[in-house]
Amino acid sequence: MRHLLSYIITRLALAIPMIFIMMTIIFVVLRIMPGDPVSAMLGGHAPQNRIDEIKEQLGLNKSLAAQYVDYLGQLARLDLGDSMVFKQSVGQAILEKLPATIELTFFALLVSLGIGIPFGAYAAQRRRSGRDYGVRLYANVVYCVPVFWMGLMLQLLFGVWLNWFPIAGRTGARVDISSFSHTGFYVIDTLRAGDFAAFGDVLYHLVLPAVTLGVVLSGIFVRLTRANMLDVLKSDYILAARARGIPERRVVYSHGLRNALIPVVTMMGLQFSLLLAGAILTESTFSWPGMGRLLLERIYLRDYPVIQGVIIVYTLIVSVVSLLVDLLYAVIDPRVKY
Amino acid sequence: MQTDDTILTVNDLTIQYPISIGVVKAVEGVSFTLADGEALGVVGESGCGKSTMGLSLLSLLRPPGRVTGGSIMYRGTDVLSLDQRDLLALRGRSISMIFQNPLTSLNPLFTIERHFLETIHFHDASMPRKEALAAVEKMLATLGIERKRLHEYPHQLSGGMRQRIMIGLALIMNPDILIADEPTTSLDVIVEAGFTELLATLRRVYKLSIILITHNLGLVAEIADRIAVMYAGKIMEIGSAADIFARPLHPYTQGLINCVPNIRLEQKDLVTMPGSPPDLVSPPQGCRFAPRCPRVMDICRQKPPRLLPHAPAHNAACWLYPERNGT
Amino acid sequence: MASSSSPRKTGGARFSPASGIASVLRWFSSAQKKYGGEWWILTAGALIIALVVVMTVFPRAFTRYSPEDQNAGAQLSPPSEAHVMGTDNLNRDVWARVVYGSQTILGVALAAAIVSALIGIPLGLLSGFAGGVFDRILSLVMDSVYSFPGLILAIAFAAMLGPGVINITLAVAVVYIPTYFRLVRGQTLSIKEEVYVEAARAIGAQRGTILSRYVFPNIIATVVVIFSLNIADAIMTEAALSYIGLGLPAGIADWGMDLSMGKKFLPSGVWWMITFPGLMIMLLALGFTMLGEGLAEVLNPRLLER
Repeated sequence: MRHLLSYIITRLALAIPMIFIMMTIIFVVLRIMPGDPVSAMLGGHAPQNRIDEIKEQLGLNKSLAAQYVDYLGQLARLDLGDSMVFKQSVGQAILEKLPATIELTFFALLVSLGIGIPFGAYAAQRRRSGRDYGVRLYANVVYCVPVFWMGLMLQLLFGVWLNWFPIAGRTGARVDISSFSHTGFYVIDTLRAGDFAAFGDVLYHLVLPAVTLGVVLSGIFVRLTRANMLDVLKSDYILAARARGIPERRVVYSHGLRNALIPVVTMMGLQFSLLLAGAILTESTFSWPGMGRLLLERIYLRDYPVIQGVIIVYTLIVSVVSLLVDLLYAVIDPRVKY
Repeated sequence: MQTDDTILTVNDLTIQYPISIGVVKAVEGVSFTLADGEALGVVGESGCGKSTMGLSLLSLLRPPGRVTGGSIMYRGTDVLSLDQRDLLALRGRSISMIFQNPLTSLNPLFTIERHFLETIHFHDASMPRKEALAAVEKMLATLGIERKRLHEYPHQLSGGMRQRIMIGLALIMNPDILIADEPTTSLDVIVEAGFTELLATLRRVYKLSIILITHNLGLVAEIADRIAVMYAGKIMEIGSAADIFARPLHPYTQGLINCVPNIRLEQKDLVTMPGSPPDLVSPPQGCRFAPRCPRVMDICRQKPPRLLPHAPAHNAACWLYPERNGT
Repeated sequence: MASSSSPRKTGGARFSPASGIASVLRWFSSAQKKYGGEWWILTAGALIIALVVVMTVFPRAFTRYSPEDQNAGAQLSPPSEAHVMGTDNLNRDVWARVVYGSQTILGVALAAAIVSALIGIPLGLLSGFAGGVFDRILSLVMDSVYSFPGLILAIAFAAMLGPGVINITLAVAVVYIPTYFRLVRGQTLSIKEEVYVEAARAIGAQRGTILSRYVFPNIIATVVVIFSLNIADAIMTEAALSYIGLGLPAGIADWGMDLSMGKKFLPSGVWWMITFPGLMIMLLALGFTMLGEGLAEVLNPRLLER
């Protein structure tokens, strides 16, 4: 157990440079935006001394280097600052919307894996058959489908024409959020409150967005699983297991798939970035009140602290997921030494 | 030569596999028998088809390779015509096979215990776990492996231990025949010596018949009762180990034996055989060894010789011995 | 090509268009036999791209309407004989917007890919070749950017730079620089160790010479493949950026923007405004993907071992 702890610490230490670099990039990027944010905020007709006053308040009149030091100091204190547009801290704004994004992303991942792994394994088993080519075609085509277009098409088909699923928001109009909202994860909250009607409604609203995002990214997992399965199925231990009279299905899935999934798990970390990116577009399409929409909203409003904060949080999420995946890998594969 | 205690008869076995430029005739017209408790060595250089032939005995050929002719009769049943269920029952239980590389032959994610219990479970699902474990422990004792290794993973064991585990897995259901495909090629000589000893013990204890496939003549000399020499997919010579080494009939066999350096003779150069094995997509018309044979004759290039007895219990396929060969 | 005009080779006949076409066809079918399935993928991809390029360069051959013409037809009319893909809410012909939109998206994606390559490749070569602290730091920065979700980075840059074609091109380009960097750096590192490079150094070749004459040519094949795949990705990114309204000024015809416009009318069942532009995005991205994957197999079957 001691080894595991030191492994975690080492990995965390390695994640820090990345976070640091991204934050610096963000800082630089946001500071050299054209246009004066303060005058934009005040409506463009404010007198100069008022602008200067606010600039001083926000510390925007200091030199770039001084601002950077302030920025780092703030981050060290885990203080993301306050919104320039609304009366809330950046942290608050983000925390309100974060659970929605995580919920969406989580279910989309489930869909992705749920499609990707079985199909990939299936295609590998039936190599070079028509079905194999079909699955590969699916994987390649699906990756080129713009996630927002997929969302719109699904909305059209299942929302408008068939009227099976809702096309916007996390809950329906008749559901009162405050009656159960606690953690922000509606799926959990409704269950805790015992409100099964609301639970059903929440799931109902999750279907189209999660399927949209999940299907588009499933192609990657199909290809990955298939490639790894093909490799694994050529292994000696597969032949040896067959030679011992182990039934084929067991050989393929118990011996083969388990080994093939190890690289898939490690890839999940990288794919998570794609998932987050796609989530922004999905949230926009389905009016899903998550971090992606928050980002887009505040970009429009030029609310820099929030924009900065959101990107920092994205960076953190990516690092944490990457770390978790590495840990998972160390746990699954007995050959990994820590 | 079939006798009362023959348990395996391979007759006229032909194996081919199609590739983009043609059909590879990997094994052609191979016939031999295996008696109960006997050890048969199958020797030949790489690519002569011996491993392919070995895999076919358990119907383990990977597509597109397939058996296109002949039969494999195990105790009166044709292995090639078994349905899937009976085939699974045959593998690991009546006939077992071990392979060259022990590390990659074990699933890196399974413990040793799991490997064994799984095998037992699929052959005898009704055996209670305790009983199975007891059998496994007994096997480990015979193999000279400590009990605690059961909970370890393959990468934690040494190469020699892994090879012994492989043998254990192959023998846990007490099969009649063990096919060993290059079992010591990836082991060092000391471990190899241990292996030979172990195999001898196991033969006695389990009354095992062995088919030993290898290019290592030394190994075959120690273990085999009879030897079949394969070249380019065909058997060139087959006889008792003593006869093969003392009075090799076929020029190829003679060449093979000459190639093994003798520490007692003062050899200046290593002996090799010039040339290389033929293209199996379009093999030579006559004897497949003709292009390389130091004693080749015209007829060798025209007609393939048949495998016929030229000495008691000693067959060779060579035009050098025409007396009993109908022309 | 010069050989086909030599009398000896063509048995006395001079080079003619017919024999030229014949030899191209012959090369085509022998290549197909050699590479099998992948060849079709490559050809299919190339055909799609060719079609769209023609559409980009000769839009008037495909439609007589202008994408900005707000009097083309009735408002929000479904596909009909007069308007193959219907009309949008500003009475513009959708097919015309699709045709002219190809210019925007192809232009931006191509330009972005070129900019990415022009920055990423030299940096990769330099970093891989130079090694040391410089390489370490640069790699660290590039790796960090690489593992960050590309689209979010593009959004940040697009938001910062503001609307405009050049700005959006830059925003998209930034995302792919690390890809070229890593690829080229990796190849440089492995080639650097090759014997023939040592030999060149032994005869006194300068660093520049080594880079350009030995390292670069080996990398070209991989770069070409990645370039094609990159364009596919850039297409998707550009479309995404204009969909969320960060890209271009409202006037220019753009598939992504049309999608976000069409979205408003979706609940009323207006399907033609979103189906066709989206389909085109997918098709074009597929075209470049297939070209890239096909090229990978053809140029070297073991090139993209993943």
